[in-house]
Amino acid sequence: MTTIFRGLGALTASNSFDSKKLQLPSPRSFSERKASFLLVRSDGSVNLNLGSNSRARRAEQLITNAVATKADGSAASTASKPGHELLLFEALREGLEEEMDRDPTVCVMGEDVGHYGGSYKVTKGLATKYGDLRVLDTPIAENSFTGMGIGAAMTGLRPVVEGMNMGFLLLAFNQISNNCGMLHYTSGGQFKIPIVIRGPGGVGRQLGAEHSQRLESYFQSIPGIQMVACSTAYNAKGLMKAAIRSENPVILFEHVLLYNLKERIPDEEYICNLEEAEMVRPGEHVTILTYSRMRYHVMQAAKTLVNKGYDPEVIDIRSLKPFDLYTIGNSVKKTHRVLIVEECMRTGGIGASLTAAITENFHDYLDAPIVCLSSQDVPTPYAGTLEEWTVVQPAQIVTAVEQLCQ
Amino acid sequence: MMKTVSTITINLLCQALDFPGGKVAYISEMRFISESNDKRIPCYRLLDDNGELIEDSDIDQISKEVAVKMYSEMVTLQMMDTIFYEAQRQGRISFYVTSVGEEATNIASAAALAADDVVLPQYREPGVLLWRGFTLEEFANQCFGNKADYGKGRQMPIHYGSKKLNYFTVSSPIATQLPQAVGAAYSLKMDKKDACVVTYIGDGGTSEGDFHAALNFAAVMEAPVIFICRNNGWAISTHITEQFRSDGIAVKGQAYGIQSIRVDGNDALAVYRTIRAAREIAISEQRPILVEALTYRVGHHSTSDDSTKYRPADEIEYWKMARNPVNRFRKWVERNGWWSEKEESELRSSIRKQLLQAIQVAEKTEKPALGNLFSDVYDLPPSNLREQEKQLRETINRHPQDYPSDVPM
Repeated sequence: MTTIFRGLGALTASNSFDSKKLQLPSPRSFSERKASFLLVRSDGSVNLNLGSNSRARRAEQLITNAVATKADGSAASTASKPGHELLLFEALREGLEEEMDRDPTVCVMGEDVGHYGGSYKVTKGLATKYGDLRVLDTPIAENSFTGMGIGAAMTGLRPVVEGMNMGFLLLAFNQISNNCGMLHYTSGGQFKIPIVIRGPGGVGRQLGAEHSQRLESYFQSIPGIQMVACSTAYNAKGLMKAAIRSENPVILFEHVLLYNLKERIPDEEYICNLEEAEMVRPGEHVTILTYSRMRYHVMQAAKTLVNKGYDPEVIDIRSLKPFDLYTIGNSVKKTHRVLIVEECMRTGGIGASLTAAITENFHDYLDAPIVCLSSQDVPTPYAGTLEEWTVVQPAQIVTAVEQLCQ
Repeated sequence: MMKTVSTITINLLCQALDFPGGKVAYISEMRFISESNDKRIPCYRLLDDNGELIEDSDIDQISKEVAVKMYSEMVTLQMMDTIFYEAQRQGRISFYVTSVGEEATNIASAAALAADDVVLPQYREPGVLLWRGFTLEEFANQCFGNKADYGKGRQMPIHYGSKKLNYFTVSSPIATQLPQAVGAAYSLKMDKKDACVVTYIGDGGTSEGDFHAALNFAAVMEAPVIFICRNNGWAISTHITEQFRSDGIAVKGQAYGIQSIRVDGNDALAVYRTIRAAREIAISEQRPILVEALTYRVGHHSTSDDSTKYRPADEIEYWKMARNPVNRFRKWVERNGWWSEKEESELRSSIRKQLLQAIQVAEKTEKPALGNLFSDVYDLPPSNLREQEKQLRETINRHPQDYPSDVPM
């Protein structure tokens, strides 16, 4: 589903993009941090084009990072490293398939994951290849098939449980918090639960409030689990593989709008580190921390910011539990200013926890209070324009950086 | 009236309707299916209340060895419950749950299983662990939460677990073990193991959503799992008439396409026979079985409950004495010449000694060291937990008088 990208025209047309011109008077009272409305619409695939263009032009500024995808951004290396192009959902499938080939205990369970191939096609073709038992279609009872996955994991399998939409995993909260995260501990280490729980979440495509939940917000307190969020085809595959190999229960957050991102990834096998953040764009002036879809809004804003003379450092935190405070800390020590951009709601989201963690650990290095841009504390409305306004948009990010760097 | 050939053909074909799910006959008379059958599902039993084999019982005799072991373990369970309950009353352990009145369901079902069968308990089935070889010392260690506890002191008493005995650690939330059991059965099915999964639930637990979904899943997935429902009449203070309106639990099996049976849970022989048969079906036919064991919860729900508040004391007394499963089985064993009063008193005094000794030792054993607060949350402690442990140790060093002196650092 593509929308007309009005902002793109505005951005490319003028070098000096004045975000203030895009501000509309606010009929509602938001907090100061979320003052501006936006005309700029964004769609995952369009963002990527922008992103990859910006990466191509900034190739010389990018530091090659073991976990990042910078290699394919530079024009010179594309010819020598073939790799292969695919969409993010295909990358997830590739990672899953490689692990299923490698380890016979890896299995998949969820609704419509079998011959239907999954609602977002992540498991397409797997049932034909591995059979109906190993790629299992379950009846509609999230708490129960999550429980099933836990029981299977305790008996020696490595299940990958798919929630058709992350929001449905609220029904599995009992199993996830009371058993998944706990049984390794309460059994004294006798039983381990190497389960992966994954699915699409986040806001997008007018799916309404119940299908736009940000579960990372609700799950982050549960002890014993790890949470990661993928954002590119490269890290999607890498994180999927790492999550499956981990001995701990891992929740892998995908985003509904990012499944069709196209990218060139290496042919060689690789894994991403579950606990590491990804340096997307090194910089000097401000540290922008983000994850999942917001990464693309941030990169879009970064483009604007660079045109205005700012040098933002963008980090995709990827690991939502635990936070990679090492990478984040090094960045804060360098830039002394932090902006967090997330899709979670204001109250009790990942941003709230991250703000607390950074303040606690790196207070002395901060020159300004941490700014956190989040969605409002409202259920996500269905109407397209309203939905857009609940999500942090690039113009807001630009404004926030400008204010932060004064 | 002239009917065309095609009309007649259509009429004949319409004797059954075609819908997703298969053909179904139709009727033109509106009939509601009754909410209950005329007769309740009968209860399978082999021994009468006096421990005599009922005539025409279709039993292949169990061996003396098995019978004596079953009886001894029932006595052990009974005594363990008595003494540990007293220990809680004396303040030596914080909490305890007895299985008084359900010894036959516990021990006889365990005796019918093989060591490879995976057991997922609710919390009133320590007899299964006992049968499999968990020692009185191991039980005591868990209750005291000392450093020898396999759970490393992290759980309340009675939350036993043993990987080597294939007994999944008890988890407090009700019925969560049911879908997990289906998952475990799925794992066995994949490995084509000659084993099944057995999971227990009480009458109250069948109201949980997980019960419904687990049975449904098990049926659809053709999973080799035996669901044993201990219908003991009470869910804390909720009597079964307030828990459901169906004819107990056995009747629900058919709703999910699962074979089910109702058995006298206080008849050790009947329980043994039933579970053996259920196991055979579950493994050879790869399907789930639902067993409803009718019994009575003689004890209180737990040490935090006083059941005389909601049920008559003479009802409890009746089930404790007249319908006692241990006495009943004893009579049968004795009648076979396999047991005597002398062996009884020897066993009881020996068990009593062992129990008191186990409690004494467990009480004195050191508690788990501080590091166990933070380990096993993950496979390796992440930085935030290492940080938190460091902070905690620093706090303790600064205020040693506030920290219990008998807990090792």
